[in-house]
Formats: sequence, structure tokens, C-alpha cells
Amino acid sequence: MGTQIRVQTEDFDLAREYQAQRERLEPAGACGAIACFAGLVRDQYQGEAVGELFLEHYPGMTEASIEALVAKAAARWELLDVLVIHRVGALLPTDQIVLVSVASPHRAEAFAACEFVMDYLKTDAVFWKREVLGERGAHWVESTAADRARVAGWQTQGSGADKQ
Amino acid sequence: MATIAVQVRFFASLREALGHESLQCQVPNGCSLAQLLRELDRQLGEASTALRAENVRVAVNQSLVSTELALNAGDEVAFLPPVTGG
Repeated sequence: MGTQIRVQTEDFDLAREYQAQRERLEPAGACGAIACFAGLVRDQYQGEAVGELFLEHYPGMTEASIEALVAKAAARWELLDVLVIHRVGALLPTDQIVLVSVASPHRAEAFAACEFVMDYLKTDAVFWKREVLGERGAHWVESTAADRARVAGWQTQGSGADKQ
Repeated sequence: MATIAVQVRFFASLREALGHESLQCQVPNGCSLAQLLRELDRQLGEASTALRAENVRVAVNQSLVSTELALNAGDEVAFLPPVTGG
């Protein structure tokens, strides 16, 4: 299985990354499905306007934390290639934050693994988000109970596409 | 007793609370977490209580530790507030 994990300040071009992933696939003919997810900065947080989002990370450990959660996905589903691009630094509303693209023989695995990787990025990936809000000023975002519930859900139930 | 030098790093809200991104510490060889915290109390004063918060995790050489520390010379210890990516 191919894996590409990048942590970068630069924006990404989804079409270019998708094409590069297709060209990376080996054997190419085995792939029946690619599921892509892009995460974006919204302009609202709990009713307040978001000014800026700053993403901090721990170089080395952050990449390793993403590798670990991708490895969990690869152990669980039959995957051909996983791409994760996660931006860091100063971002503004409407900016792209993260790209997850999963290639697999079949769509069930591609959809499930893509969602799994995103859910685990929310709770396990080593990043910190400093959000500047209209009234409240700057605060550090934490993963929510909903985020943790989604991860708990992956731990207790199969997706039907799990490897036997 | 022989002391060793370790690097301690603080991230995000902890860095803000402590006013430091990183510190060099001289600690006993095989230093435990409790010993490290006492040294950090000495260097940082009252602000170091933030390091004892239940949701703070500790990494040594970029791996989370769940058992007791036993530090070696040149180790990098990081105190990590709750993470969120995506």
C-alpha cells in the first residue's frame, strides 16, 4: 500500500493530488474507487465570527501520529493508497485545511477508510488550533464530545467492509 | 550525583501559560517525571502547575509515554495539551 503524508503551510490542489495518486497506484488496474475528503475553515464557531485559525504542530511527532492512524486504517481495510495533506500555520475562513484521499479496490473500503482517517485526525493527530473569534478573542480549540464519540464508534462496530 | 541535560518543550496553551517554548534542564540520570516536574517548578515557579493538568500528555523523543519516565542525556521531553487536527 502506498502512503503519502505531508504537513505543509502551502495550499494544495485537489485535482493535481488526485491525478498524482492515480499515477502512483500499483497495480493501477486493481483500483475501483478513490474517496476524497477536503476540510475547510468555516467562518463561524458557536455563533461567533472566526477571524483567523492558526495551526501549530510538533515536527516529527505530528507526521508520526498521522502515520499511526493511517496504519490503523490499512490494517482494517484493503487499501491501495492513502494520501493525507494537512496544512499548518495561519489560515482564514474558506481556506483548505486538510485533504484525505483513499484508493481501494471497492467503494465500501474507500468510503469507510476515508471517514475513519478524518475522524481519527480530529482526536489523535498532533496539532493544536488557535482560533481568533470576534467577541471572545483567541482560544485553543479542543476536540468535541461528538469527535470522540465518532472515534469510539469505530472502535466498537465494524463497517461491513472490514477485512476478515 | 551525576546530572544530565534534557530539553523540555511546551506547546500551544502550555507555552502561553508558561511563557516558554523550551527549556534546558539539568536533572538526575534516569530522571522520573516527578523529579522533572520539581526541576520545572524551580525554573518556572507557580505557573508550572499547568503541567500537572490531567489532560496534559508527555512525550519523550516524540513518543507518548504512559509509564514512568527514566530520562537519558539528550532526551527531548514535550508537554502536550489536548490535540485536535483535521
